[in-house]
Amino acid sequence: MSDFDFSVIIENWGFLAQGLRYTVQVTLTAMLGGILIGTVLALMRLSSIPPLQWFAAGYVNIFRSVPLVQVILAFYLILPMVLQMITGQQMPIGAANSAYFTFTVFEAAYYSEIMRSGIQSVPRGQVAAGYAMGFTYGQTMRLVVLPQAFRNMLPVLLTQTIILFQDVSLVYAIGATDFFGAADKITQRDLRPVEMYTTVAVVYFVICFALSRLVKLLQSRIAIIR
Amino acid sequence: MIEIRNVSKWYGSFQVLTDCTTNVKKSEVVVVCGPSGSGKSTLIKCVNALEPFQKGSIVVNGVAVENPKTNLPKLRAQVGMVFQNFELFPHMTITENLTIAQIKVLGRSREQAVDKGLKLLDRVGLKAQAAKYPGQLSGGQQQRVAIARALAMDPICMLFDEPTSALDPEMINEVLDVMVQLAQEGMTMMCVTHEMGFARKVAHRVIFMDRGAIVEDAPKEEFFGQPRSERAQNFLAKILHH
Repeated sequence: MSDFDFSVIIENWGFLAQGLRYTVQVTLTAMLGGILIGTVLALMRLSSIPPLQWFAAGYVNIFRSVPLVQVILAFYLILPMVLQMITGQQMPIGAANSAYFTFTVFEAAYYSEIMRSGIQSVPRGQVAAGYAMGFTYGQTMRLVVLPQAFRNMLPVLLTQTIILFQDVSLVYAIGATDFFGAADKITQRDLRPVEMYTTVAVVYFVICFALSRLVKLLQSRIAIIR
Repeated sequence: MIEIRNVSKWYGSFQVLTDCTTNVKKSEVVVVCGPSGSGKSTLIKCVNALEPFQKGSIVVNGVAVENPKTNLPKLRAQVGMVFQNFELFPHMTITENLTIAQIKVLGRSREQAVDKGLKLLDRVGLKAQAAKYPGQLSGGQQQRVAIARALAMDPICMLFDEPTSALDPEMINEVLDVMVQLAQEGMTMMCVTHEMGFARKVAHRVIFMDRGAIVEDAPKEEFFGQPRSERAQNFLAKILHH
């Protein structure tokens, strides 16, 4: 431990910060996009139209049954091909960009299950009351059901986001440079694994722990008074 | 105003409504009573199509609710409904509860809606609670807000589905008082309730249901004076003699 070299961390902080920024960007994109798509999937799954139910159920089951690393790899390879088929041009989108898409699509499956239980947690009488006021299906969902579902599920949604934040490190599989990937690359170059991996672990811990405290705080703030 | 003709409804093979026929005329107050499980709540929910039915017809103000072409949101906006469990929107303040449908469904401006909402809130004696959330109010207060919320839409008639059944005894009267006042002002009302005092006071007709069928449909005096069916007699004897 005596030769723990802080200068390695300081010298490379710029590169690490760049990686961290990328991790945060992917996390936020996948969270917002994932919750949006997930909510639509949840509504489809709970609808009374069988093809929509099947589609949503299939989507969720497929993505929840495949390891994330594999999905990251698959989309990295498949996405350019699909884009090429559509546009007829070569579209090298790169590892960093493909991860935005992959995580959004993958996390949507998990967020959809959370939103589904959130929607089911809203009493049926609320739906009846919405309809009775003259709301359409869309208005009833948007104004009455989803705001309550979202509030009920906020802690779980944020907890899932914390997991997502850590899972972004899996982009190392396709060579993208997230926070962990940045540390990994420095380690390979400077051969300082102890300093680098310790730093990464500490930063992950501080951020995730702070976020989970925030979840607790929010939980008491926005809980619906019943 | 409300014409119910030969309505039957099944849950799977179980029949919950059997050939129900009755009507509510303009400014008439009709009380629907009967033992639990008799189908009275189901029947009243059929009126604004919250419950579908398989046979028969219900016409509200000239519009057939079972017609697939009927614009249900538009129809429901004209029919006020008060639920057993109040069903105020818990994530909105009382003012928002009173105004949201006025704004989103009727297209009123926010000022108009708030003005109307607060007037009605004052009428049910709760003006001071405008900024609170439903969870901060007692059951009786919540139900009065729910009535004000329905009235804010300027309904052509009001449906009450056991409005006092979920209330503590000391809160029942504050809700019934509002309903009595409403009835005396000439509001068309269909009320599922066990409050026979309310029925005696303001009802024009009383409908007695049992096992999904309308067993008795009579003017108030007749119903309380000499119910024709034995089942209605038994029911009255049970709920009136404490």
